[in-house]
This record gives sequence, structure tokens and C-alpha cells, in this order.
Amino acid sequence: MGRETRAMQDDEQTGPAVLWLLEGEELWGKNCAGCHRIEKMKGVAARFPAFDSRLRKLVNLDDRINLCRTEHQKAPAWTHESRELLSLNAFISRQSRGMPIAVELDEKTKPFIEAGRAQFEQRRGQLNLSCAQCHDDNWGKSLAGTPIPQAHPTGYPIYRLEWQGVGSLERRLRNCMIGVRAEPYAYGAEEYRVLELFLMWRARGMKLESPGVRP
Amino acid sequence: MAARVVVNVPASAKKGDVIEIRTLAGHPMETGFRHTQTGQLIPRDIILRFSCSYNGVEVFAADLHPAIAANPLISFTTVATESGTLEFKWTGDNGFSAAHTSTLSVV
Amino acid sequence: MTTRRHFLILAAGATAAGASGLAHAQLSPNIVAQRKAALEEAIRKSTGGAELKKGRVALDVPPLIDNGNSVPITVKVESPMTPEDHVKAIHLFTEKNPQPYIMNAQLGPRAGRAAITTRARIADSGRVIAIAQMSDGSCWTDEVSVVVTLSACLEDGLI
Repeated sequence: MGRETRAMQDDEQTGPAVLWLLEGEELWGKNCAGCHRIEKMKGVAARFPAFDSRLRKLVNLDDRINLCRTEHQKAPAWTHESRELLSLNAFISRQSRGMPIAVELDEKTKPFIEAGRAQFEQRRGQLNLSCAQCHDDNWGKSLAGTPIPQAHPTGYPIYRLEWQGVGSLERRLRNCMIGVRAEPYAYGAEEYRVLELFLMWRARGMKLESPGVRP
Repeated sequence: MAARVVVNVPASAKKGDVIEIRTLAGHPMETGFRHTQTGQLIPRDIILRFSCSYNGVEVFAADLHPAIAANPLISFTTVATESGTLEFKWTGDNGFSAAHTSTLSVV
Repeated sequence: MTTRRHFLILAAGATAAGASGLAHAQLSPNIVAQRKAALEEAIRKSTGGAELKKGRVALDVPPLIDNGNSVPITVKVESPMTPEDHVKAIHLFTEKNPQPYIMNAQLGPRAGRAAITTRARIADSGRVIAIAQMSDGSCWTDEVSVVVTLSACLEDGLI
């Protein structure tokens, strides 16, 4: 990430993600503040995806928000990548900015982390590349003039200049799959959740910077 | 989304000070040069004009073109002459219109 | 940007519709000359054909751009910004976009300083040009050559 992109991320007044943060704050006030205190959200985004012991599956923060809507508020779930879901997620994640990523590693989550690692190392697509081949073996080198990053998901939801808007880690993962000419999984697929968990575990201890800005 | 705008003006300033004003408007600034995957041209939808009036007198304005990035940032300066209101206005294609008023106290 | 998929669809359409119908979809072989003419015309229109003098204008654009969708641009002009002697307008252009104009800002002595910032789209490596029009009618200019890179894995896929 270049100096200018970093400056946009650090611009708390007129960085482009501010528009989503403000909308998220409004949505929080209307939908969540009746039960939750925003101070309690500090650190929450650093712990997702997490194992939901009742549903017996992994949920990310988007899923958590929608579960709250469908179960407690009897409201329809927001669709993936909807403005509302991204804004509220960005606002909640913002509360954990600067905190170290700390997803749970225990006997419940371990199989999911291993499944995520398998996804990460799985060759796929017409280019027959795995995530690891670029982001473990060749980070720091250049691909079409831009450096290959280590693929740490520290800033999601993220404002990507390419998208000209805010998007989720799941959208970014779909991007990668399209990049190696593979058919992406459907939105909400478990493959994304285990990959998200593996990536967050791999980035454990790194500081969350949501909402980030990337090229 | 409904037009969301962000304006950064200091709450107060000394008379004669030059203050910096930063504005951000939520808008896709669709260029009119992009196509969908099936080849349909996406029509242009941009903000065409931005203006700032200080107690009713226009002190800054700009004409924008498709080459302005999505969610346009416009930053400029003005001299704090007297206490009052700063009115910001954005207008564009398809009847787009957004406005914001800030108050400034000059001491 | 014309992706390969887009090109194929357009090419298929053009074959079906006959060469004339969708001919505009392909870049003209004369594109360089056409963009140059469009840039010169836009500059001439905005300045009224005044002579462009180097100096007084400082254009700040990163020389290496991560992504051309949002490029920070700052223009500062040396001027006392008095009623007698001030900057009337700042025009911004880029060489390689389908349309050369980025924006024009109208200011006056009440600005105190002539300094503006925005974020622009820059389609390809080339020149970015700032022109300041003074109250006495003179025009001053500065330009920066930028290199635009693209990320390797784009959402549109096929590039």
C-alpha cells in the first residue's frame, strides 16, 4: 500500500470509508443500541469468525449481525454486501481498531482452522494456483507491477479503490478465486468461513485497522 | 443511499484567519464510459457542481467531470470574516441534490 | 477499460450488427492524436487561448499510483489573493482519460489562499496538468507525469 493510500486510511474526517461509518453509526442507534452498549463492542471484531455452539458452525460478524436480526428482532436478514450490513459491520469493527487479532484456538475451532488451511493450500482454477503459492511463497515479489502482499485480513470491511466502495473479506476472497480463474463458491459458503478463520488465525496478534483502505 | 455528505469546518476561528474546509459527498460518480458484462453502456451519473456560500455570498464553486473519483473529496480555503453560516450544495445528473449547513463563530 | 470479455461481446455484436453499428466500441487507431486534440481544445476553451506560463503553480500528484480510481491531487498557487490580484480559477486536466477535464474550481480573494485538494480518476500513465487563471487574465501552469499501475487480480477477471 502506497503512502497516499495509507493517508486515506488514516484520514478520520474525510477518508472515503467515513461515509459508511456514519451510516453504520445511525444503523447502530436505530437497531442495536436498545440492547447493546457500543463500548462493549471493543475487541469483538478481532474475535470473529467464531464457533457458535448452538448452531454448531462458524459465524463471521456479518452472520452474527444477521442472526441478531432474524432471531431477536424478527427482521429480515440483510443480504451479503448490502450497504446496511457493510456499514454496520464497519462501525462495529471500527471499535476494535488497533487491537490485536485474537480468534479462538481450541478443540472446537481447530478442525475449522485446519479446514481453512486446506483451502488455503488447495490449488484451484485454470491457473492452478493455491493461495499459499502467492501469499506464503512469493509475498514481496511483484505481480503485474504491484507487490504481492502476505494476505493478512487486518482491515475488513475495506474500502478498495478498485471497488470504489466498501466490501467484505468474503468479496475479496471471491476476487482471488476469480483471479486464478476458478469458479467462486456461493456467498455464505462454509469454505469462506473456514478460510476467513484460518486467515485471521494466521494474522493473530496483528492490529486490526478496520475499515482499511487498499488499492 | 440517500445523499450523505461530510463537511469539516472548524467550529470557531479568529477574524482574518484562513480556514481549511474539507468536504466529502457519497456518490458513485458513474463515468458513462463503463459497460456491464453483457455490453450495455452504464449511463453517466455524476455530481456536476459544488458550491459554498458564506452568509449568502458564494466564496467557492467547482464544476466536476467524470474524472473525479467516486465519493468526491473537495477541499478549499476561505477567510473567516464574520460569524455565520456556510452553505454547501452539490447538484448533478438525474436531479441529484445534496446540501449541508455549518455554523462558524468568528472571534 | 475494455476487458477481453467485453471486447469479445462487442466484437460478436459488431459482426451481427454489421461493421457500422457498434464501430464506436473499438478504440480508434488514431486515438493518440484524438486525445491530444481533445486536451488542447479543452485547455484552449477554459483559458480563452491565453499564453500558458510555467511557474507560480505547484501541482502535487503521487508519481506512482496504486490505483487510478482515486488519486489525491493538490494544487497550490502563489498569489496575494487580494481584490486586485488573485486567482480566479484553477483547471485540472489529464492526458489519457476519455475526456481530458477533471475539474475547474472558481475562487477569489475571499479564499485567502489558493489551495485546493481533490481525488481524481486517472485512466493511464501520462501527464496531469494544472492551470491557474489570474485576475489579470494571465495563465500559469504546472504538470506532473504519473505512472498508473493496476492490481494483478481484478474483480472483473479476464484482463
